[in-house]
Amino acid sequence: MELQLTKEEEAFRAEARAWLEEQLNGPFRDLQGRGASGDQDSYVEERIAWGKAMGAAGWNCIGWPKEFGGRECTIKEEAIFNEEYVRANGPGNVGHIGETLLGPTLIHFGSAEQQRRFLPPIVSGEEIWCQGYSEPGAGSDLANVQTKATLVGDEWVIEGQKIWTSGAQYSDWCFVLCRTDSEAPKHRGISCVLVPMKQDGIEVRPIRQMGGSAEFAEVFFDGAKAHEDHLVGGVNNGWKVAMGTLAFERGASTLGQQYLFQQEFAQVVEAAKKTGAAKDPIIRQRLADAWIGLKVMRVNALRMLEHQGADLNREALISKLYWSNWHRDLGKLAMDILGPDAEILDGEPYELTRMQKWYLFARADTIYAGSNQIQRNIIGERGLGLPKEPR
Amino acid sequence: MEFSFSEDQDELRRAARRFLEVESSQERVRAAMATEQGFDSAVWGQLSEELAWTALTIPEAYGGLGMSYLDLHPLMEEMGRALLCSPFFSTICLGANALLLGGSEAQKEQHLPSIATGEATSTLAYSEKGRQHGADAIQATYGRDGNDYVIRGTKHYVVDGHTATLLIVAARADSSKGAEGVSLFVVPANTPGLECIWTPTMDQTRKLASVELDGVKVPTNSLLGEEGHGWELCERTLDLARIALAAEQVGAAEMCLDMAVDYAKVRKQFGRPIGSFQAIKHKCADMLTMVESARSAAFYASALAGQGEADLGEVASSAKAFCSDTLFHCAAENIQIHGGIGFTWEHPAHLYFKRAKAAEVLFGDPSFHRERVAQRMGL
Repeated sequence: MELQLTKEEEAFRAEARAWLEEQLNGPFRDLQGRGASGDQDSYVEERIAWGKAMGAAGWNCIGWPKEFGGRECTIKEEAIFNEEYVRANGPGNVGHIGETLLGPTLIHFGSAEQQRRFLPPIVSGEEIWCQGYSEPGAGSDLANVQTKATLVGDEWVIEGQKIWTSGAQYSDWCFVLCRTDSEAPKHRGISCVLVPMKQDGIEVRPIRQMGGSAEFAEVFFDGAKAHEDHLVGGVNNGWKVAMGTLAFERGASTLGQQYLFQQEFAQVVEAAKKTGAAKDPIIRQRLADAWIGLKVMRVNALRMLEHQGADLNREALISKLYWSNWHRDLGKLAMDILGPDAEILDGEPYELTRMQKWYLFARADTIYAGSNQIQRNIIGERGLGLPKEPR
Repeated sequence: MEFSFSEDQDELRRAARRFLEVESSQERVRAAMATEQGFDSAVWGQLSEELAWTALTIPEAYGGLGMSYLDLHPLMEEMGRALLCSPFFSTICLGANALLLGGSEAQKEQHLPSIATGEATSTLAYSEKGRQHGADAIQATYGRDGNDYVIRGTKHYVVDGHTATLLIVAARADSSKGAEGVSLFVVPANTPGLECIWTPTMDQTRKLASVELDGVKVPTNSLLGEEGHGWELCERTLDLARIALAAEQVGAAEMCLDMAVDYAKVRKQFGRPIGSFQAIKHKCADMLTMVESARSAAFYASALAGQGEADLGEVASSAKAFCSDTLFHCAAENIQIHGGIGFTWEHPAHLYFKRAKAAEVLFGDPSFHRERVAQRMGL
């Protein structure tokens, strides 16, 4: 079950595969498979170097317009690259927030000066970004952000706290949703400010997750400073910018992700055969169900990628809800197949097995980047035209 | 493989919807389902003669249009959406498919042209009392008597068996077991000793019948395919029918979703449309997620069938399992979202809920199909 590729797309795939194989079997071979979900705080320095090598070879931000340093790849080509990346066991990409969220936001909402200053180092892999959206009191209700930015002279001075900020520990910059007008209705008093992370007014406290590692952090702003010109999309226009950012996910990562899921699923099937669980009629039903679900996910993705037109089609809207539920179920199934062995760690002090990681980290899948409840709101309102709740 | 419907397929869907909105309106469905025959002969005449739907997948050599099985997909979705009462599914997806797969040149020439014009209707009689769907389901026997075969047994759950003019009957050689010894026979409905009796069903929109074979004698040229190798033929026919049924389930499920969403937009409680409440909105979102995913499952199976893929077992079972679960879920949620009115005879929600169960248990329920998939995964 494959995408139909043109000659040019086949050539593109071959080019990507050749480069990735050469690099990941050569200078970067230690990075194979590192920095995935649950392991994002490992090999950070090396992965930053990897991001720079990707940039030098022209493999970062390939979907961006050429004028901003991209290759103007189609979504299909992006999907092909992502699939090859996963096939080659490429490491978790530390630059992905810059590439997939901040970059497209600046391309759409940023001033020419902001684009000139910030886009090139994202393409080259030299500057790493994190996203300052969520706060203790602003999760799904993002418009409730309380972190304040006040213009003092020619600088924004920022006070407040962000939370669940992935990669804050090693990022150079953060795009921060701040309240710039406390009097206005809550959606209308927000701005998006670009803040350098390495400064006195910022303290990063890593948060340990249920798996034991610390991939995200709390970020405290106490008189942190940002340049007056580093506010994106106009003062008090931050809600529109934030909503735009969330819409930039085009689904290009979907084929790569599915390749990963296929590998995980194959290991679960192997485990079922080894433990004898494959003889249990209920486990057989669940394995078949997961297999069918995986195939369906693939066709959903291929339909989405072949969809012509700029509008977000229904296959794209359902994608996150579908895969996150599927993956969460797989983690549980893996544990059920192992039986009592599901409990046993790989080692001290708290070395999880691969399947224990899937089981635990899949709990995040249905929460981050719009929880399943929020996904259902979006599907209901944008996909089905159901009336909004009063907000 | 292309992963979207072609412009022609989209046009066929639009034309089918326009036709069915009139000729298979709720009123017309209720009128047809209340009869023993189970369909409106005038509508059958229109869709076979004027619209040539019955000719669609029949090769041109036998008076058809020679289109692919994927071309049938949008049509099946629309028939499911409108709950069309007709012998189309039994005639084309069971009878004609069996003839196309196993028929000799003479058999195809004899039967397919009249199926293409809608003059003949057809079905497959293989299952017997109980919940078996594999080769073991076939207990009717056949033997040789001079130049004839003699068939004895009773078939159940035969789709449109009481109105079909031509039956494809599965029977096994005496004392054979499993897939061994099964043969298929082409039996005209007027053959002496054959009695086809309507079985009243909960889902009134699709009729079932029992078929008594009391020493039915058919000439040797009635054998379909090779003697003793009928199970493979039967199974592939069933897989094709399951794929078409899955497409039909997608259409019906989407109709349930549309009904629920339309209602949720206009029905007000607490001063607001109920669709603005997350309790309702999230149900609808889950339905959409299932409907689009079911469409992917059925589409993929139809596309492979259209390409003549050798083994359809896994994709047919995957589609049948997934689409059955989807239609049941959507039909049930549609009732829940409608509340009291959804439980009435007057409202169409129950027609879909009943069809959902009927389609789910026809040709193997989801657990049967998941087990079949598990076997094909090497478990």
